[in-house]
Amino acid sequence: MTYIPNTHANRKSIMDAIGISSVDELLTVIPQEVRLTHPLHLPPALSELELQDLMGELADQNMAANKAISFIGGGMYDHFIPSAIKHLTGRSEFLTSYTPYQPEVSQGTLQGIYEFQSMICELTGLEVANASMYDGASAAAEAMMMACAVKRCNRVVVAGSMHPHYTHTIHTYAHGPGITVETIPCPEGKLDPEHLQAHLVDQAACVLIQHPNFFGHLEAMAEIEKMVHSAGALLVMAVDPISLGLIKPPGEYGADIAVGEGQSLGNEVSFGGPALGFFAAKERFVRRMPGRIAGQTIDQKGQRGFVLTLQAREQHIRRDKATSNICTSQQLNALMATIYMAMMGKTGLQKVADLCLQKSHYAAGRIAELPGYTLRFNTPFFKEFVIQTPGDAAHIVHQLAGRHILAGVSLGCFPQFKMDDCLLIAVTERRTKAQIDRLVDALGDVTGD
Amino acid sequence: MSIPAELRYSEEHEWVRLDGRTATIGITDHAQTQLGDIVFVELPSDGDTVDAGGEFGTVEAVKTVSSLFSPMAGTIIELNTELETRPEAVNEDPYGDGWMIKIEVADVAEFNALLTSDAYKDFIGE
Repeated sequence: MTYIPNTHANRKSIMDAIGISSVDELLTVIPQEVRLTHPLHLPPALSELELQDLMGELADQNMAANKAISFIGGGMYDHFIPSAIKHLTGRSEFLTSYTPYQPEVSQGTLQGIYEFQSMICELTGLEVANASMYDGASAAAEAMMMACAVKRCNRVVVAGSMHPHYTHTIHTYAHGPGITVETIPCPEGKLDPEHLQAHLVDQAACVLIQHPNFFGHLEAMAEIEKMVHSAGALLVMAVDPISLGLIKPPGEYGADIAVGEGQSLGNEVSFGGPALGFFAAKERFVRRMPGRIAGQTIDQKGQRGFVLTLQAREQHIRRDKATSNICTSQQLNALMATIYMAMMGKTGLQKVADLCLQKSHYAAGRIAELPGYTLRFNTPFFKEFVIQTPGDAAHIVHQLAGRHILAGVSLGCFPQFKMDDCLLIAVTERRTKAQIDRLVDALGDVTGD
Repeated sequence: MSIPAELRYSEEHEWVRLDGRTATIGITDHAQTQLGDIVFVELPSDGDTVDAGGEFGTVEAVKTVSSLFSPMAGTIIELNTELETRPEAVNEDPYGDGWMIKIEVADVAEFNALLTSDAYKDFIGE
């Protein structure tokens, strides 16, 4: 079956019109020495039936959260996704024109963005939010860029308890403009405020910290905020949106900028993407914010309408002096998050967070009772925790996969932590008591040998 | 088009009023007409220094952003903070309430090298 709609007759009439007898006559500029002289070594074409069978076999080799019990966290989580989200976002009006490039024509899409921004503001307790960024990591890096522009300072401090991918991305972004990034090691699983003080002696544009952090722990945010602001730096907090159903939001801690990964809000894990970065800040910094911002206004007839606003920040107007080079947003994913937040509402989100808290603590308690397993850090956590395993954690993860249990993230994946015998386990509201008990039993059966 | 005779002008469409060693700087009537409705003016900080021809800020209209260039070298001693809440003052009264910065000039003689109002009038083709 051919997928190109031109027939032989179509091709012949085009060739006649331009006066050639073969398509090869158009390619004479390509030198002989770079031409392919024999067909590519590919297997013969498959029929649609054979192709379906093959792809099915390949897909069956995946073990995803729909086929295994997942305790994998570390930035993306197996939270419940209401079915209405797929049905609504699968509509072609949303799916095809997923992100607007002729914005004012797409009033519905712009309204969706405005609702998303409004909800992110409510959730984070901050005054303005943008239409979204690619993911939590790049949102954090953009926050660094913004802080450096606001403070006219090229030095930032990062807590080592932040997700290593975020820290890595921050370093990548810092490289071009020559921003100095200092990471404070956190061997106790969270930032020691005294170590932070030492790094604030010299001027810094901002301090970036994640709360709950990569290990699932709560940081000493009140104390940290005082230090950061006394030193004249901005406070950038990376947060888990689900956690905001229970814990104090960044706005109430006095954060200047809040960023994070929005995947937990109605988006699939999907092997790590597409993701959804959110970005919120105090209003007085709005002109330094990256990304698209939707605004509400009225038309000539006094009717409410939506626009993309403050576009003079962006690169299509300000060019090399723009706040960022981003010229898009994760609109379809943001729409999923918006529908999720609308469906869950304030009480629903609170319930989800509470279930995560209860279930993760149940799991941690039971696992810590197993011989050979201990809770690695003695500090409050939300929905993730670190377990010290008997022997190599990666080996345990592998063995449990054989039982269709995705036990967590082996911290040996991040050699800088030197925690090969540690497992990061996340428990969301989706995990039942029976599933958690199965995890505990399986961990009890296997060893690191 | 208003081009007051007592002021001097730059080819970047800024004007200068000199009082002793203090120069007041803004953008011309021609400039504000070209830009359209001004929505934001970004100014430097007190104490910053500027070179002659150096950029000291930006002026933002709805669909464009323009850099602001100081016609003379000096140190910023005062900013027109009213522009933070009323950027439209630049459109309404570019030579009066729409002033942007005051500097203590490094070299008063630079003033004479700037365009006179007649020369500026020719420059903009009036």
